[in-house]
Amino acid sequence: MSYRESRLMILLTAVVGLVLTILPLPSWLLAVRPNFLVLVVLYWSTMTPFLGGLMLGFLCGLALDVFQGSLLGEHALALSFVTYLAVRLHLMMRAKPLFEQSLYVFAALLAYEFLLWALDGWTGHPTGNALRWVHTVVGALIWPVVAGVLGRFHSQR
Amino acid sequence: MAAFGTSDGRPIYGRGPSPGLRFTIYALISLGLLYVDQRAGWSARIRYGLEAGAYPLQLAINSPATVWHDLVDAFATRNQLRADNARLEAQLRELQVGQLRTQALEEENATLRGLQGALPPLVTKWQVAEVIGSEAALLRQRLIINKGEHDGVHLNQAVVDGTGVLGQVMHVGPYSAEVILITDPEHAMPVQVVRNQLRTIAVGSGSANELLLKFLAVNSDVQGGDLLVSSGLGGVFPAGFPVARITGVRREANQLLAQVRAEPLARIDRSREVMLLDFDPQHPAAPASDKALADGRMPEAAAAPTGTPDTEAARKKAQSAAKGAAKAAARAAAKEPPSPADRPTVTTPLPDPQDAP
Repeated sequence: MSYRESRLMILLTAVVGLVLTILPLPSWLLAVRPNFLVLVVLYWSTMTPFLGGLMLGFLCGLALDVFQGSLLGEHALALSFVTYLAVRLHLMMRAKPLFEQSLYVFAALLAYEFLLWALDGWTGHPTGNALRWVHTVVGALIWPVVAGVLGRFHSQR
Repeated sequence: MAAFGTSDGRPIYGRGPSPGLRFTIYALISLGLLYVDQRAGWSARIRYGLEAGAYPLQLAINSPATVWHDLVDAFATRNQLRADNARLEAQLRELQVGQLRTQALEEENATLRGLQGALPPLVTKWQVAEVIGSEAALLRQRLIINKGEHDGVHLNQAVVDGTGVLGQVMHVGPYSAEVILITDPEHAMPVQVVRNQLRTIAVGSGSANELLLKFLAVNSDVQGGDLLVSSGLGGVFPAGFPVARITGVRREANQLLAQVRAEPLARIDRSREVMLLDFDPQHPAAPASDKALADGRMPEAAAAPTGTPDTEAARKKAQSAAKGAAKAAARAAAKEPPSPADRPTVTTPLPDPQDAP
């Protein structure tokens, strides 16, 4: 396999994920938009944990911090943690069927959002309402689609 | 696909430190960043660099919208243009008449104050910036504009549109800046009811068409339709800029505070162009703490117009002090029942020459 190409592919999909995550949308759509970047990072860190591992998670988190104007390090910490979980559990997760994977993704997204929520509270920012948790459910539901699409990029090596 | 589960595809150097160790390192870096960014120290420089890197992507993301608007402009029909022209001319006439009245009022004001001539204009410099993006997340009301430090934008600069106050500059990058809107839940601005000079604080609600006036007692004199203008306190906005109109007041007998909602006058989520303002600090209506700075407590800060870290730090300190005081007052108002003793301080204006109408 061409190692460099895979790395390029990971970078490209991460940029697409970032764009989808920060694209301005009407406010009623914002609540139900899944965090595509987190899903992309989760996919690559379970499928190729040695290519898209913790560094990918950290850098993508930092990008989210910059583009969403939050405190630097907030999303970076949350996303590194979720990536760490994914890297540790990648063998178990890969063996599961897609629907069961969705459950793990749901748990990971909940952990991610919980960390953000806790950090928001600690640093004195508004912690928001129940709507902030909606994207975890949507993300889990859309996981099979994301995994399918990314799998195409993946098997063309 | 054969690489899955086997080791032949894995790079050797991917097997460096264990994931646990690497996670610890990244977590420590993140916590360090959080710490310095929360203290707002030198992390401003890191953010400055990162925002410079983010600018091209922000432009690219917004480009479909820009292309769409350009297309719409290009295919505007003759009739549309003519209608626009007529509308703008009518608007211009209206503004000219209003302007005549304003000049007369300003001269009258100057006479009443015992000044020889009319005052110099309050707004010394203004520039138009284009909105190139919004930070789209729940409860976040921010805009990215295409003017940055190179165009003289500075921290806490007031941002308005033709109809009212929009917000203030929060982060400055080299070619772009981030504006926090008055409807952001992290934004609070001191306002005043025009009808009776009642001062209070308008806090953002997180949605683009609502401001909350959280710190008004149940028996305070506000009603639907009241116009709110900036009060000139807080050091960012000058006195008398239109902010919002009260849409609803709800009073419940068992609550100490009234629930007051207001709708911003500025077109918060529809503005494509915004105006950045600079003020003459000597003008009586200029933002209060800038004036205090100019009065000599921080002469160097008043002399340097924009940009230096000292000025920014001073501004920030002054602003946070003002905000802290306002918050403390609000907290006190929230906790204590509105006794007759402290009511007058809230409802009647201080005999302050700055705020005389």
